[in-house]
Amino acid sequence: MRVPLTWLREYVDLPAEVTARRLADRLTLAGLEVETVDALGADITGPIVYGKVLTIEELTGFKKPIRFCTVDVGRANGTGEPQEIVCGARNFSEGDLVVVCLPGAELPGGFRIGARKTYGRMSEGMICSASELGLWEDHTGIVVLPEGFGQVGEDAIGPLGLREDVLDIAVTPDRGYALSIRGVARDTAALYGVDFHDPADMDVPRPTGEGHPGRIEDPELADRLVLRGASGFDPEAPTPLWMKRRLHQSGVRPVSLAVDVTNYVMLELGQPLHAWDRERLSGTVAVRAATAGEKLETLDHVQRSLDPDDIVIADDTGAQALAGVMGGVDTEIGLTSSEVLIEAAHFDTRRIARASRRHQLSSEASRRFERGVDSAVQLAAATRAVELLAELGGATVESAYTDLDRTTKRRPITVKASHAGSVAGVDYPEGTTQKWLRAIGCAVETDGDVVRAVPPTWRPDLTDPNDLAEEVIRFEGYENIPSIRPRASGRGLTSSQRLRRAVGRVLADVGFHEVLNYPFLGERDLDGLQLASDDDRRSALRLANPLNDGEPMLRTTLLPGLFKALARNVGRGMNDVALYEMGLVYRPRPDAPPAPILPVDRAPGADELALIDAALPEQPRRVGVVIAGQVERAGWWGPGREALWADAIQAARDIARVAGVELEVEAAQRTPWHPGRCAALYVRVDGERLLVGHAGELHPRAVKAFGLPERTAAMEVELDRIERARTPVVAPRVSTYPVATQDVALVVDDSVPVERISEALAEGAGELLESVRLFDVYTGEQVDEGRKSVAFALRFRAEDRTLTAEEAGAARDAAVAVAAERTGAVLRG
Amino acid sequence: MSAPNSSFDPVEVTPLHPDEVARMREEALAAIEAAADLAELKEVRLAHASDRSPLALANREIGALPPAAKAEAGKRVGGARRDVGQALKERQAVLEAERDERVLIEERVDVTLPWDRAPRGARHPLTTVAERVADLFVGMGFEIAEGPEVEAEWFNFDALNFLPDHPARTMQDTFFVEGPDGGESGLVLRTHTSPVQVRALLTRELPVYVVAPGKTFRTDELDATHSPVFHQLEGLVVDRGITLAHLRGAIDAYVEGVFGKGLRTRFRASYFPFTEPSAEVDMECFVCRGASVGDPDAACRTCSSEGWIEIGGCGVVNPRVLTAAGVDPEVYTGWAFGLGIERTLMFAYGVRDMHDMVEGDIRFASAFGSEN
Repeated sequence: MRVPLTWLREYVDLPAEVTARRLADRLTLAGLEVETVDALGADITGPIVYGKVLTIEELTGFKKPIRFCTVDVGRANGTGEPQEIVCGARNFSEGDLVVVCLPGAELPGGFRIGARKTYGRMSEGMICSASELGLWEDHTGIVVLPEGFGQVGEDAIGPLGLREDVLDIAVTPDRGYALSIRGVARDTAALYGVDFHDPADMDVPRPTGEGHPGRIEDPELADRLVLRGASGFDPEAPTPLWMKRRLHQSGVRPVSLAVDVTNYVMLELGQPLHAWDRERLSGTVAVRAATAGEKLETLDHVQRSLDPDDIVIADDTGAQALAGVMGGVDTEIGLTSSEVLIEAAHFDTRRIARASRRHQLSSEASRRFERGVDSAVQLAAATRAVELLAELGGATVESAYTDLDRTTKRRPITVKASHAGSVAGVDYPEGTTQKWLRAIGCAVETDGDVVRAVPPTWRPDLTDPNDLAEEVIRFEGYENIPSIRPRASGRGLTSSQRLRRAVGRVLADVGFHEVLNYPFLGERDLDGLQLASDDDRRSALRLANPLNDGEPMLRTTLLPGLFKALARNVGRGMNDVALYEMGLVYRPRPDAPPAPILPVDRAPGADELALIDAALPEQPRRVGVVIAGQVERAGWWGPGREALWADAIQAARDIARVAGVELEVEAAQRTPWHPGRCAALYVRVDGERLLVGHAGELHPRAVKAFGLPERTAAMEVELDRIERARTPVVAPRVSTYPVATQDVALVVDDSVPVERISEALAEGAGELLESVRLFDVYTGEQVDEGRKSVAFALRFRAEDRTLTAEEAGAARDAAVAVAAERTGAVLRG
Repeated sequence: MSAPNSSFDPVEVTPLHPDEVARMREEALAAIEAAADLAELKEVRLAHASDRSPLALANREIGALPPAAKAEAGKRVGGARRDVGQALKERQAVLEAERDERVLIEERVDVTLPWDRAPRGARHPLTTVAERVADLFVGMGFEIAEGPEVEAEWFNFDALNFLPDHPARTMQDTFFVEGPDGGESGLVLRTHTSPVQVRALLTRELPVYVVAPGKTFRTDELDATHSPVFHQLEGLVVDRGITLAHLRGAIDAYVEGVFGKGLRTRFRASYFPFTEPSAEVDMECFVCRGASVGDPDAACRTCSSEGWIEIGGCGVVNPRVLTAAGVDPEVYTGWAFGLGIERTLMFAYGVRDMHDMVEGDIRFASAFGSEN
């Protein structure tokens, strides 16, 4: 809402010294957020004066017709001689009153006027157009003022209102009343404690008879309809300068007097009006629901198919306007309309909101109706409009009019007088609540410590005690609220929350950089992963309104985002890149029903919440990494080491270690990993093996699809599942007896996974075993083809004694025996 | 070795003669002093302090003396041996120090050599900033609450008093999840962290003091200041006797914790369906502290010379929300706020462009380390 300050001042006795900037600050703190203060015309300097055109000489021989004029500017030019001015406009005659810029003047936009030679003559200034003066957009000619508008030679800057401060207010959805000068003026008056003069406060004589026939078919659609006529209107009457200027300053384009008047009254009172050409209407003006299939061409020349939920204004021939949103072309007020019918109605807020959304049509009218219009201002608004048509367009106001009023009285809100204070945490003086509620227009009764307030018709947003508290607090000022630090007795982070932080830190410690990718996926990403057509990761939720049509799905895996981020880094010249992401993936439940909209007047029951849970997708938290280039750099210490499959698997082991969980690793085949270099990762939950993810080197096709460096490795695990494997820690007893170490070298078939051998050794070694660790793998001449030699270091220790060499040897032999039995391992000679 | 002989005069036994003991002592001390390095000192130790040294041999003779003479001879030889031992120890320390000085100098290295063999990574600054802000509240006894990112419309809107056709519902630029066969799913990507308010109230015992950091989604195209995916931190307190003063205290705690002491905050009346009254919160610009307002020569880039920086929205929990969450609004009151994590990061560290936060360029996260 753009509010010209001089307009506002018409209704508020605002002290003269209050500047636009200071007012803006006050309004902003009180809930009318002034986004900008436009100081229109601030850069204008005179002399800009009224002038009378004395002579016009048509110059010929140029590409366009040019006039050489003499203009009487009185003594404004210092000489009293006629001012000689060359002018390209043609919409004026000798004797016309015009606006003249004399040399030295400056117009909006730093446009300096000087004397200069042009078209072979000296031009000592300029005759101005409305656009040049910043009045409104009009490039068709210069401004010709009505006779007697001003005295020749007098300053025109002030009288024309070339300088104006305009407040641009971002009105919140609850404050529909502030979409009017009237509403902003009322709050301003309250803020400054000065008088407010309500422009809607007028005595409208009762109708002398029935006006144009009108009908509200259903009070659910509209509860007020006023139809008031103005006959004998001069359709050619111009809109006066002051009105056009104010419309322009308020951001509304001047059109014609009849339309301008409706817009002006709307800005002033907040009531959208419609001006009908009565001669184009046939029969009763009815407010009704649209019928299915009904069509209407709106003023923006769009043919619209109406919905039965739309409200229309119809005559006997059909819908003529999309009520509260936009009029139709058939009954548009035209250049020949002399019989004007002003319609002012109060429509159902929610229906207008739906219609505006449905037709994707937001208008000045719909913005106001959606937020709530005063339900008692219709007659005043219609009357104000027809009176302006009479005053400015020679019409006659019809004393008979139609006023269908189905509005109901508002009920009082009962609230403790101390309520606002207890919401704010401030002890307000007695009477504070009543004072402010009256200031905003409530009818207030006090009964002991209870206040009963009937909110005014222009404040449909006031329904609850806290709404009233807000009014009191915003006028008292938020700055008076003390600051008290809250104290609670929570139990800190949950173990799951601590785990997530620790996982992030460990991954960062070992070289990974965290990324936060968007969770949007496209088919291309899934194809790039080389997923089979029935892969479960293809079953993804879709957005109804994705930002990018190529990425309509919600991720079922973190990998594509990680791959793209890696490729982006490599593309920017980083060769050694290790990334991780921790975040949710979204797994739709098959045949999930839609989530219900539950009631809000009570807490939902467990059964109702279960319906919502059933509709929500599973949203497990995952951790993924991707790694390429050198993980250990080359340097003066020696060569570097390229990232490989093992780094990706180790990242998963590191995560599991943070959780205190052992990861079981097994060869597996899963896209997008290399079929021979992919590990499935498991944990044990209550003895059962649970798959938590995969890791390894990527398949060359996936590498190619995402433009990754060769041998890029990746890992993705479900952190929630790793968490499920967590068990309470039992503190170990730390033995201080010496360790006995035994190394064993075993020869096994190449196909035997090392993890199986070390498991067997551990099991066979028994309780004395402290640790088993692989330290070498050998294939080559010294072992047979298809076999490998694996060397393990076994450490034994007892809790209560120093182990003898015999004891350690026996434990080692037992370990080897189990390994031999399970894996065919042979002790290497 | 001689047999005990009572008539024997110790002075007559040559090795135990005082002059002889003194000579052996002097000889040993001179040799110790003359040892030039640790190897020579080792030789000296063998010659003068070992079991075969003259003083040790003299000591053995004491046993042959008559009892009356033993004490004096023992004292004489023992003193000499002690002196020699002390001298050896001192010389050893001196020579070791000399050796250390020489050898360790020879072993010097260039300590400016890089050792970035396995470079560290970094957590994302949005993660660490969100943790930092959450921890400010955890330190005041709050707990961290959570909720899903794909959320039911009821939680995201209805329970928060967004009525079905209210304009506020369209203001949110919501991503809607498609139902099966393209129908309605009743699900959205949560547009704010506020649905966690309702979840926390439904699942926790009162009083509730929680913060809820998390991802949020709106249909804004990525540009310098917008991202379709961003992060908020919700705060919620529901208890008896809670007022706006406690809300102000919580906001002040955030500002002080992140931006430092002494910055003013202000509330501007505003509107959110789930709080009533509602306010936008500004903090004084921590760069210019308002000095840039109206002074084009001292323009402030941080606050655009407004003097204030908007940090979030807040208000008193609308009693309708409490009702929908099963809390009696006659007994309990509360407040809630929502802070932008991206905004916090932008202001706290001067991040100029949202792209830097979403593109995953390792140079960006690296600059912040793993904890900041």
